[in-house]
Amino acid sequence: MIKLVDLHKSFGRQKVLDGLDLDIEDGKTTVIIGRSGGGKSVLLKHMIGLLRPERGQILIDGTDITKLNDQALNEIRKKFGMLFQEAALFDSMTVGENVAFPLREHTRMKEKEIRETVADRLRSVGLTGVEEKMPSELSGGMRKRVGLARAIAMRPQIVLFDEPTTGLDPVMAEAINRLIIDTQKNLNLTCVVISHDVRSIFEIGHRIAMLYEGKIIENGTPEELRASQNPVTLQFLAGSIEGPIRIM
Amino acid sequence: MNRFSGALDRLGRAVLAGVEEMGKIILLFVSVLAWMFRPPFKLHNIFKQMEFVGVKSIFVVVLTGTFTGMVMALQGYHGFRMFSAESLVGGTVALGMTRELGPVLTSLMVTARAGSAMAAELGTMRVTEQIDALYVMAANPVKHLIVPRVIAGVLMVPLLTVVSDFTGILGGYFVGVHILGINSGIFIKNITRLVDLNDIYNGLVKAACFGLILSLIGCYKGFNTYGGAEGVGRATTEAVVLASIAILISDYFLTAIMF
Ligand SMILES: Nc1ncnc2c1ncn2[C@@H]1O[C@H](COP(=O)(O)OP(=O)(O)OP(=O)(O)O)[C@@H](O)[C@H]1O
Ligand SMILES: [Mg+2]
Repeated sequence: MIKLVDLHKSFGRQKVLDGLDLDIEDGKTTVIIGRSGGGKSVLLKHMIGLLRPERGQILIDGTDITKLNDQALNEIRKKFGMLFQEAALFDSMTVGENVAFPLREHTRMKEKEIRETVADRLRSVGLTGVEEKMPSELSGGMRKRVGLARAIAMRPQIVLFDEPTTGLDPVMAEAINRLIIDTQKNLNLTCVVISHDVRSIFEIGHRIAMLYEGKIIENGTPEELRASQNPVTLQFLAGSIEGPIRIM
Repeated sequence: MNRFSGALDRLGRAVLAGVEEMGKIILLFVSVLAWMFRPPFKLHNIFKQMEFVGVKSIFVVVLTGTFTGMVMALQGYHGFRMFSAESLVGGTVALGMTRELGPVLTSLMVTARAGSAMAAELGTMRVTEQIDALYVMAANPVKHLIVPRVIAGVLMVPLLTVVSDFTGILGGYFVGVHILGINSGIFIKNITRLVDLNDIYNGLVKAACFGLILSLIGCYKGFNTYGGAEGVGRATTEAVVLASIAILISDYFLTAIMF
């Protein structure tokens, strides 16, 4: 269980998180929505200790990671996998080496085992025979899928997804959504997904949280969100330019 | 008065920023040392960097070494001829190369080639979140990215300096003996008379220090890149400028200590 309590984070004079509270349930997919530049990526990076808040607590299964040293934080991070917004594949390594990286780093698997595991993880994201390719030779959708294969290589309990479908064609986006739903179900993962894509949100989310002006202003099931009367949520879901969300 | 205090203010800020940056580079060095001796050792990464820094720099180093030796012989010859001491040309070329020009020119060339590449590579990894990805996978970026590069810098720059010294003396020999007509026996005898092993050794110690400086600064600038592709460009330029200046300044102090 991930529990965020009263998080505050600023960059210079810009306040990005302003007393944010959020509980993320185990074994469910929680989708975080909100405007572009609203701090969704910043929020996700706090959950895995890439950024530290000025104030507040981040409890991962009861441990407050804001107070941990690097070594203890690394132990917590082994529970996580993360898919970055632009996949963040190591571009000096082949696809196979990318997926094998966490295995080589944290296990004592033999080469043969590693090769089999890599092939298995790639197969589970719908890719075969791409091990020898370099990331620069892949399309955006393939990169995201390789990023996902790498994120689940160690069979983590929690997977964080930063906009897994942004920039993909509708068919590929749908394929990635299916992938998230299936992996979540098969491995009983706790997933946190950032998304702008209204269709995906309702498809994959067990719970949906709306981030607005540094706070979670709404958090509920897809049905609850559909029935919401909150003007911010209404505007966001309708994609309307009229409403409280200001367009600069 | 106001303008004066404004200028003073800016100067003060610049000095503070410089001191702060130096402190951060030293802290990075400390953490490189700490991670260097912690297993597991990724020899594969180290060899890859050694190949990049060392093997792939041989050509430019040979070229600069040879021509520097040649031009030193030419210049020296014209100077020494005024008091009929042409025979000293061999010795001065060898002394100049081993003590000074070998290490300095080699490390400046390696800075331009490999130091800049380190900054660009790490900078790109930073802005494309590959460094964050390392953290997320509980892998330390200092150990994975910086340690191999610093080891390669410290080991390969001295080796390249040997190449530079050698080709510089050969270039000097070629110009001195074959073009200017100095007696070959005398040319060589003066080399052995003027240069002792300590000159070569101290030159190599300098080279190792320069290798440390250029790799550390290249990695530091790359690692702390921000602001997209433009940021990578800025980091690369700053790494080359800062490393070159640091090499030349530290050269003075190393020389003052050693010779
Ligand atoms: N490392 C940083 N330094 C300074 N400012 C930052 C940093 N990271 C994020 N910000 C700022 O914080 C704000 C929130 O950024 P964030 O990336 O979280 O937005 P987002 O909600 O993920 O947007 P998008 O949907 O476009 O990805 C932005 O205004 C951004 O400029
Ligand atoms: Mg984002």
